[in-house]
Amino acid sequence: MKLIIAIIQPYKLEEVKNELYKSEVNLITVSEVLGHGRQKGVTEVYRGAKETGNLLRKIRLEIAVNDNYLEPTIQAIIRGAKTQETGDGKIFVLDLKECVRIRTEERGSVAIG
Amino acid sequence: MNSGDTAWVLISSALVLLTTPALAFFYGGMVRRKNVLSVLMQCFIIICVLSIQWVLIGYSLSFAPSKGFWGGLQWLGLNGVGLEPYADYAGTIPHQAFMIFQAMFAIITPALIIGAFAERMKFSAFLIFTLLWATFVYDPLCHWVWGIGGWLRNMGALDFAGGTVVHINAGIAALVTAIVLGRRSNLDKNVPTPHNMPFVVLGTALLWFGWFGFNAGSALAANGLAVNAFVVTHTAAAAAGLSWALIEWIRNGKPTIFGVCSGAVAGLVAITPAAGFVGVVPAIIIGLLVSVFCFVAVTVIKPLFGYDDSLDAFGVHCVGGIWGALATGLFASKLVNPAGANGLFFGNPKQFLIQLATVGVTVVYTAVITFIIYKLVDRFIGMRVDEKTEAIGLDLTQHHERAYTVLE
Repeated sequence: MKLIIAIIQPYKLEEVKNELYKSEVNLITVSEVLGHGRQKGVTEVYRGAKETGNLLRKIRLEIAVNDNYLEPTIQAIIRGAKTQETGDGKIFVLDLKECVRIRTEERGSVAIG
Repeated sequence: MNSGDTAWVLISSALVLLTTPALAFFYGGMVRRKNVLSVLMQCFIIICVLSIQWVLIGYSLSFAPSKGFWGGLQWLGLNGVGLEPYADYAGTIPHQAFMIFQAMFAIITPALIIGAFAERMKFSAFLIFTLLWATFVYDPLCHWVWGIGGWLRNMGALDFAGGTVVHINAGIAALVTAIVLGRRSNLDKNVPTPHNMPFVVLGTALLWFGWFGFNAGSALAANGLAVNAFVVTHTAAAAAGLSWALIEWIRNGKPTIFGVCSGAVAGLVAITPAAGFVGVVPAIIIGLLVSVFCFVAVTVIKPLFGYDDSLDAFGVHCVGGIWGALATGLFASKLVNPAGANGLFFGNPKQFLIQLATVGVTVVYTAVITFIIYKLVDRFIGMRVDEKTEAIGLDLTQHHERAYTVLE
């Protein structure tokens, strides 16, 4: 079992979601996060003062998958989020030790899907 | 000159001005949060731009006596529009009080159209489109219906506070722009939900409040007619809000606050042309029925044809406005307003036909000219933002601002 954490551009969320559905990955958690980016992002200006803080808005996806779903999920995220510009984001893959479905107390790979 | 009348018209002018920021919140709550500032901005910049347009050319093109396409040019730059009454429009208030009251109508009307093209129009194109639309659609139509020498006015059309000039007019323009601009991207997979429903409620409350200036102010005096307009306006809005909630309750199982708000606004729209000509019972009927028509328009007709009238500017303002204009031809009574006319139910079927003709003229004229203006601006600078801009949102891309922070 793997836990995929992906950081993507906020405006790419819809496309990534669509690609994930196509790959039959339906269970995702989404949150809005701030992070240090290497790119400039979209400038914000308030009463003439340019916003120069380098925390940029991103979307963070968390997806737990069984091993055979790992590569299709990664490919789906790439298809949805890639523009080849700086700031497209990153995908992290972590080993997942356990997964419990609260309702049934099932554990392991049956609990993921 | 009457000080009570003058005071009431000035207060009413301020009330009608408030309806534009109220509309901004009504619409702003309905869009996704990445676009809320763009809607507020469009409403506010209209106040700025059209106020200037109005005092320089708009008032003269609309109200200066003339039998032509526009009003005359004699009042350009408010030349000759002074502090003495101009009896043909309002005999007891300064001419400038009438002028500034009408300015607020000229502002709110193009603002209503925003509901159709929200979330996808380029700001620069929007500005040019709005200015042209005010000059070539609103000003002539306003002249025909309300101006001295206007041919629809001479034909006997009844439009107390702008059902035709404001609501049908803006509503038809909304439908045309929604169709030619096309649907928002990704609409089928992801139905956009209103990002801030309390804003919608706040906007509705302020619209309701401001509408008393709209309708009761259109009596242009602090008199019985103003009171009648006030009472029927309030009653129709209440009936329509209730009626929309009941329709939802029966059809969908639960009434929604969004529904009550939509109904209340539809009721305000529908009573607008009738407010000075009908009594309380017709007002209730007008209110109860308008929600039925508008509900069908936004939940059945819109999905059927697939145009993306984002915030239902057509479905509420045009449909509600047409019902109001026709209902005026049904329920108008000289017992309410001796200066008006009787409608079909009071023995004068001709009035209904006049109302029908006025609606027809407005729909055709506005649709054609709006289409031409749209195509013209589209040709030169492009009306629609590109897909990436639309995905990022208009707040950041058009204005370099965003409404909400994540952290302090």
